[in-house]
Amino acid sequence: MAELSREDVLKLVRLARLELSEAEIEEYQSELSQILDYVKQLQQVDTAGLQPTNQVTGLINIMREDEIKDYGYDARKLLDNVAQTEADQIKVKRMVE
Amino acid sequence: MIWEPIDDLVKSVKTGRTSAVELVNRSLKAIADNQEYQAIISVLKDNAMARAKLVDQAVANGEDPGVLAGIPFIAKDNFLVYGSDTTAASNILKGFVPPYQASAINRLEAAGAICVAKANLDAFAHGASTENSDFFVTKNPHDKSRVPGGSSGGSAAAVALGLAPFALGTDTGGSIRQPASFCGVFGLKPTYGLVSRSGVVAMGSSLDCIGPLTRSAKDAAIVLDVMSGRDELDSTTIDKNAAGYSGVKALNLKGVRIGLVKEYMGEGVNEEVKAAIKRAVEDLAKRGAIISDVSLPSLPLALACYYIITPAEVSSNLSRYDGVRYGYRDKQAADLFESYTKSRGHGFGKEAKRRIMIGTYVLSSGYYDAYYKKAQTVRTKLINEFAAAFSSVDYLVGPVAPTTAFKIGENAQNPLAMYLSDVMTVAANLAGIPSLSLPLAKDKQNLPIGMQLMAAQKKDYELLSLAMAVEETIK
Repeated sequence: MAELSREDVLKLVRLARLELSEAEIEEYQSELSQILDYVKQLQQVDTAGLQPTNQVTGLINIMREDEIKDYGYDARKLLDNVAQTEADQIKVKRMVE
Repeated sequence: MIWEPIDDLVKSVKTGRTSAVELVNRSLKAIADNQEYQAIISVLKDNAMARAKLVDQAVANGEDPGVLAGIPFIAKDNFLVYGSDTTAASNILKGFVPPYQASAINRLEAAGAICVAKANLDAFAHGASTENSDFFVTKNPHDKSRVPGGSSGGSAAAVALGLAPFALGTDTGGSIRQPASFCGVFGLKPTYGLVSRSGVVAMGSSLDCIGPLTRSAKDAAIVLDVMSGRDELDSTTIDKNAAGYSGVKALNLKGVRIGLVKEYMGEGVNEEVKAAIKRAVEDLAKRGAIISDVSLPSLPLALACYYIITPAEVSSNLSRYDGVRYGYRDKQAADLFESYTKSRGHGFGKEAKRRIMIGTYVLSSGYYDAYYKKAQTVRTKLINEFAAAFSSVDYLVGPVAPTTAFKIGENAQNPLAMYLSDVMTVAANLAGIPSLSLPLAKDKQNLPIGMQLMAAQKKDYELLSLAMAVEETIK
C-alpha cells in the first residue's frame, strides 16, 4: 500500500495552504493512502509510444482581437464580495515582518 | 407536478393560452410544496417575476419572446446568476454575489427562459450523492431515505419533482447522468466544449461540461440548442451542429449499429440493472438495430485515471479561494500565510480538502510523471479505444451506474466506495464524447434505472435522435 507518512501529509497541507486539525491529519493520512493505492494501478499500464492528452477536441490557440469591451461589471459589486476593504482597496494581513 | 413538453408550453405562452407569470407561479408553488426534499438552496422569486412580466409584455406587444418564452428553470448553484448568492453549496463561497453571470444563463434568458431557483449539489460538484453539500442533503424523490445521486442531485431531484420543466447541471465525471439515472429523469452531457463554461465554478477544466436535465430527449435538445456554440469568453468552446438540435427526430433504427459495452456489463453491476439494459437492447434489435458486444479494454482504468486528473485540476482551480478577493476569510490569522491556511482549512469541506491534497500530491515534484503524466497518457489510450469502437459501431450503450440510488449515509464514510459510483460515467468525460442517461425502467424497490448512450465527439444531434428512438421503444 502507498503508505503516506504523517510528514508527507504535513508537507501537502503546507503546499496546498490548508490548516487541518490533528484529527483531520490522521484521517486524511489513511484515506489518501487508500486512494493513492487505488490509482497507482495505472503505473503498470503499457503506454509506450503514446503522448499525454491535455485537450480533447483538438483546438489550438484560439485567438480574438485584443480590444476593450464593456461587460458592464460594477467595481462596487466586485468590492462587495471582499472581506476587508479600506478606501476601495482590498486589505490583507501583513506579509513580512 | 407534471409539466407539458417545453415546445407545447412555449406555444401556450406565445398564443396567450397561458402566461410566463402563470408558469413562474406554478414553479414557485411546486418549490414551496416540496421543501422536504431539500433540492433547492435559494429561490429567485422577485427576479423571476420581473422577467416573467417582460416576457408577457413582449407577447402583448406582438414581439418575439424567444424559443423558451416563459419557461422556468432551475440552475445548479455553481452557475453565476445575477441577483442570487452563488455558493457551489460550499461554506467558503457562502454569501458570494456574482458581479456577472454565466454565458449559458445569458443565452437562456435571451431566449425567454426564467431562472427561478438554484439547486443543491455536492460542494464544488465533488461527489456522487449530494451528501457533500456543506449545507444539507437532498433526498431522492422516489425514496426519501436515499440519495438523489450527484453532484447535480438538486437539479435531478428538482426535475423529478416537477419544480420546473428543466434544470441545469454540470458533469465532470458523471454529475449530470448519474443523478438523472437515480432520479428517473433525462440528463445530457454534451461533447466537451459545446456549451460555454464562462461563469460556472470550475472543477476539472479538461473535463467539465454543462448540460440540461429534463423530462425528455426532445426537451434536452431544445435547451441545448439555445446554450450551445462558441463563446469568446470560453476559448474551449466549439461550433454547434449546423442544423441546431431542436429539430431532432427519432432515429430509424434499421441498420443502426449499437455496441453494448462489455466492461459495463460484468461483475459488480447490479443484476436488475444489467437485466433492464439487456431487455432494452433486445427491443432495439427487434426494431432493426444491429447489436454487438464491444470491448474497450482500458475502461477499467478510467476511474483511476479520472481520480488523478480531476484532483490535479481541482487543486489548481480551487487555489483561487484564498479569502482575499471573495469568499470566506478567517479573522484570527496573524499574517497573510495564516490568513490563507485558516481561510482554506476552515472554509473548505472535507471532500474539497481531500481532492486538493490528492491533486497537490500527484502534481508535486517527484510524483508528477508517475501519476499525472501517466494518467494523461492512459487517457490517450482510452481515447484511441473509443475511436476504434466508433469505427465499428455508431453508438455505445450500457448502464449509467452499477446500482440504483443508495441509502443516505451508506457510502459517506468510505470515499473510495463513493468514487466507484462514477465508474461507468468518467470515460465519456476523459474522451470528451457526448453521453446521456435516459430513464429506462424501475427495479423491484421501484427505484429508477437509467440507460447510458454514447456517441463520437460532436455527434450530439445523432445521440439525441437515438435517445428519442429508445424513448419510443420503451414507451
